[in-house]
Amino acid sequence: MRDPGKFAAAGLFACALAAPWILPPYELNVLARCSALAILALGLVLLWGEAGILSLGQGVFFGLGGYVLAMNLKQAALGPGEIPDFMVWSGLDALPAWWRPFANPAIALAGVVLVPAAIAAAYSWLVFRRRVGGVYFALITQALALAFATLLISKQPYTGGFNGLTDFHTLLGFDLGADKTVLVLYWITIIVLALAYFGVRALMRSRYGTLLRATRDGENRVRYLGYDPSPYRVVAFTVAAALAGVAGALFTLHSGVVSPALVGVVPSIEMVVWVAVGGRNSLGGAIAGTVLVNFAKDKVSSALPELWPYALGALFVLVVLLLPQGLVSLVPKWARRGGHAMRNAVAAPGPAVTQPAKPGSAPP
Amino acid sequence: MGGPVLFVEQLFNGVSVASLYLLAALGLALSFGLMRVINMAHGEMLMLGGYLAYITLQGVPGPLGFLVAMPVAFLGTAALGAVIEIAVIKRLASRPLDTLLATWGLSLILQQAARNICGAIGVEVTAPSWLNGVLAVNSGALAGLTLPVTRLFILAAAVAVLALLALFLSRSRIGLWVRAVNQDRAMAAAVGIDVRRVDLLVFAIGTGIAGLAGVMLALLGPVTPTVGQSYIVPAFLVVILGGLGSLVGTTAASLIAGLFSALVQIFVDVSFAQVLLLVFVIVFIQIRPQGVVAARSRALDA
Repeated sequence: MRDPGKFAAAGLFACALAAPWILPPYELNVLARCSALAILALGLVLLWGEAGILSLGQGVFFGLGGYVLAMNLKQAALGPGEIPDFMVWSGLDALPAWWRPFANPAIALAGVVLVPAAIAAAYSWLVFRRRVGGVYFALITQALALAFATLLISKQPYTGGFNGLTDFHTLLGFDLGADKTVLVLYWITIIVLALAYFGVRALMRSRYGTLLRATRDGENRVRYLGYDPSPYRVVAFTVAAALAGVAGALFTLHSGVVSPALVGVVPSIEMVVWVAVGGRNSLGGAIAGTVLVNFAKDKVSSALPELWPYALGALFVLVVLLLPQGLVSLVPKWARRGGHAMRNAVAAPGPAVTQPAKPGSAPP
Repeated sequence: MGGPVLFVEQLFNGVSVASLYLLAALGLALSFGLMRVINMAHGEMLMLGGYLAYITLQGVPGPLGFLVAMPVAFLGTAALGAVIEIAVIKRLASRPLDTLLATWGLSLILQQAARNICGAIGVEVTAPSWLNGVLAVNSGALAGLTLPVTRLFILAAAVAVLALLALFLSRSRIGLWVRAVNQDRAMAAAVGIDVRRVDLLVFAIGTGIAGLAGVMLALLGPVTPTVGQSYIVPAFLVVILGGLGSLVGTTAASLIAGLFSALVQIFVDVSFAQVLLLVFVIVFIQIRPQGVVAARSRALDA
């Protein structure tokens, strides 16, 4: 109905299923990491594409998911009374109290979703309830990303500092280095990605999704109709954060490390460009954009590291100026059903921060 | 001993940091008031100002080189600002969030260009000798208090820029246009003001002031490709605290943010002070979501 990227998505899932037999191990690992990141991108479609809320702080929630799981992985390798090596080097002699609960795998796995979600809910409720949105919200989330990354780096005895947490061995008793575990983790990532895809799609198609788009297109009209836009936005932000947390945890498993370099200002805004490239209103587009940009990053930054910032910067400028609906808008019209993709059409000039409402954008 | 001196010293540091926040945030706030867009590459304008100061001092050595560097940095960054406005921001004027992304792309490109041209390590600008001293208090309750002349100079520069800008906005004809567009864009256009040109001018002046701030940063430490980054996020918060495009609001917000960071640092380290500043902003918008100075408007979406 509202998925120009549906075919792209179906194609990608087919490729993902065949990938373990086709791709060499390194490329498969890159694909696994991209698939984890794509889960986060789906959240951004809901948050940015549907709700019109730009978050420049998704790295925070990604990092929270990653660190929560990493705290479990670090503790799983410890004998009784032992503490991780970086804590020993920093002069700690006991595990900090807030590390302990995550020794329990069930709490850690729940925490991957609940910790980012709870923080996101509280944070966004505080901001949205005072009707602060648009550019202000984007800047405040960026400040959050900066504060989070600086805090992680400076509290080295508790967080591993700049190097982050790494050197993981077992998850739930399975050897993380074994080929079989790697393959199973890949399948799990693909399954979670598929679940997230259908989950977000269901949200977008529900009454909730309709109202969310309405708050984006005409906030005041929604108010006049008797709805308070804030809860809808808080839910969108929270769902996106939960997806980011799951993505962070899976990414940590595939890359074997979680560090402040993945959660700060720059990585957070990079997450937005994946979605911008693919298409902010299209779930399939967002997945495709994430995979494309990250494969490109992997290739370009290993061959010509100097060039990547130029490429990424140019990508930002060009996509936003020339292709605001992302690569999906290049998909020929006949391949799309519903043809709604230009809903974010250029707003009328003027100081209004909100997008204009466009009649007929509600789903049948 | 200790107590009052430390307190006054931090107070002074706070005002000093506030003056840098102010120089960095003025351009952002003015353009935001007019166009509701934020230039994420504004931090790189600080960086460029620093490098321009360095280059000027290579060409014009001696004690007066620094006084030449300031107008050079202002005009150089203002020119680049004008180019950015015409090439990117004007085209995205009605899509504020997309402007954030596009200008952030620019900031990445500018940072990497600085890295390739000038090196990642950064360059040192030697402050002229007349800025090297310290003002020391030797007697009285505050004995032992030292105030670096550099910081006093930066403070004076910020006050001068603010005064000139206020004079320009309140007394000149162009300033009148700027205020008109700020209040009601459509009406200003209807009475014949070329709003696009006002946008361009204000944007260029704002980036020029950021370039000037870059010169001041060069006095405090080496100019690196990322020198603007440490000041730009607080400057964004200052814009949020200050309210829409008001000089008074931005000045007050800079002072609040600068003093808050400095005074909090008596008790906690720098990184935690950053977190607390963010918490402070969140709490502040609970009380005054419109900022220190709320723009009075009948428009629903103001």
